[in-house]
Amino acid sequence: MKLKKFKHYYSTFIITAIAVIFTVFSAGIGLEKSTIYLLEKIIIAVILAVSLNLVVGFLGELSLGHAGFMCVGAYLGGKFSAIMLPNLGNSALNLIASIIVGGLVAALCGAIIGLPALRLKGDYLAIVTLGFGEIVKSIFQNTSRESFGGALGLETPRFDKEQLFIYAFIALIITLLVVTNLMNSKHGRAITSIRDNEIAARATGINVTKYKLYAFIISSFFAGVAGVLYSFSNYNIQSSKFGYNYSIEILVMVVLGGIGSINGSIIAATLITFINTEFATILTGNLAVLQNLLYAIILILIVIFGNSPALESFREKYDVKKLFAKIRKNDPSTINSDEAHWDKIPTKISMDELFSLDVTNNDQNSVLNIQDKEGK
Amino acid sequence: MEIITTIINGLSIGGIYAMIALGYTMVYGIAKMLNFAHGDIIMVGGYTIYVTMNLTGHPLIAIAVAVVFCVILGVTIEKVAYKPLRGASPLAVLITAIGVSYLLQSLAQIVFGSAPKMVRIADMGSLKIGSLKIQVYTLVTLVCTIIVMICLTLFVKLTKTGRAMLATSEDKAATQLMGISVNRIITITFAIGSALAALAGLFYLLKAPSISNTFGSMPGIKAFTAAVIGGIGSIPGAMLGGFLLGIVECISYKIPIIAPYTDAIEFLILIVILLVKPTGILGKRRREKV
Repeated sequence: MKLKKFKHYYSTFIITAIAVIFTVFSAGIGLEKSTIYLLEKIIIAVILAVSLNLVVGFLGELSLGHAGFMCVGAYLGGKFSAIMLPNLGNSALNLIASIIVGGLVAALCGAIIGLPALRLKGDYLAIVTLGFGEIVKSIFQNTSRESFGGALGLETPRFDKEQLFIYAFIALIITLLVVTNLMNSKHGRAITSIRDNEIAARATGINVTKYKLYAFIISSFFAGVAGVLYSFSNYNIQSSKFGYNYSIEILVMVVLGGIGSINGSIIAATLITFINTEFATILTGNLAVLQNLLYAIILILIVIFGNSPALESFREKYDVKKLFAKIRKNDPSTINSDEAHWDKIPTKISMDELFSLDVTNNDQNSVLNIQDKEGK
Repeated sequence: MEIITTIINGLSIGGIYAMIALGYTMVYGIAKMLNFAHGDIIMVGGYTIYVTMNLTGHPLIAIAVAVVFCVILGVTIEKVAYKPLRGASPLAVLITAIGVSYLLQSLAQIVFGSAPKMVRIADMGSLKIGSLKIQVYTLVTLVCTIIVMICLTLFVKLTKTGRAMLATSEDKAATQLMGISVNRIITITFAIGSALAALAGLFYLLKAPSISNTFGSMPGIKAFTAAVIGGIGSIPGAMLGGFLLGIVECISYKIPIIAPYTDAIEFLILIVILLVKPTGILGKRRREKV
């Protein structure tokens, strides 16, 4: 793996540093059980959010069945480790092998679900992934006690609790490295170009089918990995947890963090999981709903604020990124260029307008600035 | 004889699904958005029936109040949450709809608690024709849904507003040029969809008289599946998909080996149909232009 630009990997380095700090702490003075459990939960949530962001943020397709892939990983990985228990024992090798198995099976499911994704798009794909999640849940719920535990859930071997989070951290760092490197590569740019305009991407010679499948498989692989970690962290897994609501919860993390932003996903997943756990001790009983209410309101407000066409000028005025860009000198975004937006093919009249001197880039009424509001 | 009972049951559940699916499909056809909060409007309708039944004890008043309340709620949601996003990316609208769905569910849980509430609307008993035993409520549901669907089809085909709705779903910009207020049409669509959702809530309560804050999510998802199977955006498609799904569900429940996997089978049918025909059974294929 060639690391191209250092600045893309800030978050990976920060997380590696945090991992080292926690490892040293746990080796030195020891960590409390609750802290370790919280840590594992956060890592799992971050892996899920980052991998979902690959599909939702970069490929631009909505997946509502991410928990389904996680469920496949959790069950298959958990079962595999239980089968391998006589041979490998509760060793790290067992954990790593089951993570790989769980991830691969989830990736296979991703390929199976990704194949319809080639024919479907947008809302149709969303409902197919939703259906997939429900199918997986329903199948595992009705298995026999011996195979996958059925309604009582599947027991997984008890891996050494003190060390699981270290392996989880390693899995997280690998996830981040793979996703960041992918998105800054030729393949990643191909994937984002499909999101921006599928027809144009196809016209440029990008194999849309291949890259859609690619993004789907990688995303579901890491969801499976998160699932295996979940099953090791909880000893017992119940398929009812991996329903539609859990998929939505992951989606909320991605949206709150910013669609298409890996760092945003990391921060949002960490914060939401942390706040959830803290709230769970404070708000009990019926008060626990207040938290959901708050999420719902925040979600609606953020999406409306971030996407409403009416608030466009407001957003431009108070854009944090631009504010930072202004502080930094020579940043490309601060340079006012006379470049036109080429999202519409200019006619002769608009070309004349473009080359005449009084056209500025900020002119709202310019023919070239009219963006296709109806979408692609 | 067993099979006839099963099919009648299936048609009655299918009728409920079809009613909910009509809400989904009409909103999709006209506003081009998936209204994920639609299932929760059923839940609100159910709770409204519960409250008014406790207050007045009269089913007809309860139904009327529920329909009116759901219409007001649906229109308010559209104005507050979806209207600012008109013209934004479909993903943004979809996520807002999910947010609204969460909001309604948690509000209901705050107001009514998480324990399920029993709602007794009317005890209708059962009917015996020869060796055939049919629950009366299934017949009532079936007849009512068919009447509602005929009315709706006539409304869309014959009235000016209905034809304006068809026109809007065909071409929004051209409709606007014809002097039709698209915003008004969208509001009317949401109102009709919400009213249908309230009625669906009533029929669902006749079938299973217990309500909690997630009352609407499973019928919502199933009806949504039905709408997609039939071809989302198409009104006859939603009816067809609804009845199809209802019959499949009832037959599947009767066969012991596959009964636990009923939900899985329904979604499998959806996936298979979408693979064969990506726009659903009656959906129209739209060519994409650059």
